[in-house]
Amino acid sequence: MRRFTVTVVIENKQGLSDPEGETILRDLVLKEGRDESNGGGDNENGNNENGNNENGNNENGNNGCRISEIKTAKMLRMTVDSQDAESAVRDVRRVCDALHLYNPIVSSVDITAEPRPE
Amino acid sequence: MRLVKVGIVVFPGSNCDRDMHHVLRDVFGFDVQYVWHTKPVPAGTDAVVLPGGFSYGDRLRAGAIAAHSPVMSDVRRLASEGTPVLGVCNGFQVLTESGILPGALLVNESLGFMCQWTSLVVENASTPFTSMMHAGQRIPIPIANGEGRYYADEDTVRDLWRGGRVVFRYADDSVNGSVDGIAGICNDDGNVVGMMPHPERAAEYETNPVDCGPARMIFESLAGCMPAQQISHAGYAVGVGGEEKGEARSQ
Repeated sequence: MRRFTVTVVIENKQGLSDPEGETILRDLVLKEGRDESNGGGDNENGNNENGNNENGNNENGNNGCRISEIKTAKMLRMTVDSQDAESAVRDVRRVCDALHLYNPIVSSVDITAEPRPE
Repeated sequence: MRLVKVGIVVFPGSNCDRDMHHVLRDVFGFDVQYVWHTKPVPAGTDAVVLPGGFSYGDRLRAGAIAAHSPVMSDVRRLASEGTPVLGVCNGFQVLTESGILPGALLVNESLGFMCQWTSLVVENASTPFTSMMHAGQRIPIPIANGEGRYYADEDTVRDLWRGGRVVFRYADDSVNGSVDGIAGICNDDGNVVGMMPHPERAAEYETNPVDCGPARMIFESLAGCMPAQQISHAGYAVGVGGEEKGEARSQ
């Protein structure tokens, strides 16, 4: 038996709106991340007057990091004793499915396991 | 003759159970008793109500933990036997999380807790909770929720409409982002209804500034669907326009 940290990330399925993520992107990252020294001022499309990329990102804003989508998620971190990482993931997935720790109607789940330091 | 017996399921965090109890007993004369979530539903219960609130503090997801409560196996059995079951707000969320009703309730499009008056349109007037209404009827009624955005996949929504299982929709489709403006649905047999708005907050003229008549019909429909010998709610006064509220009949 070894000890693993199993991380369960639950997020909305593709195609299902995530208004929190959209708000973070639209009203914080794209708006506040602009490089104001390079002309400021959005036009109605969310791009500034100096010709930024299609996502409204200025090459110099957000330190040049071009973010086009943000999804929020719920994360559960579990400590699991198991034979190996694969079985740890399999066991946790079984629990997630049986107890509806995520709602399969609206959510997808991503499960990963990392061995804990001895 | 005995009174119509209604069980109100109480979870840790339910907070509309007393409002529902008051309306069912004091306004409409039902024989009402609370059912703690670890206890079975008493034998002879004619209808079950899952009230609003924040069961388990909405931990994980609204209704997700309550859906595993011991009482839910009884609710599921009664639902399958045709007993009328009404889930309001958190009660609706518990019904979807337990799989008794399809779909899910997501965080409102606004991301905020919405507490406001709204208007419903009756789509299905043949359930135990709408049989005294007519399709297209409007109901002034409040919503109070953070996770009220009804969602189901396209196939499920199409089946709901085709099967007449959309019971209520918002008159204003854009209230909270619910697909097709859906505010309430029922199961295949129509005896289980879940709705996000709060009829117990709209059934008395003292609490409904618009018109309490339509919301009252939800409870009157329940009384009306019971066998004639059980109807015993005739003791209440309508309470519109300042009339005194009648005493609940106990016999």
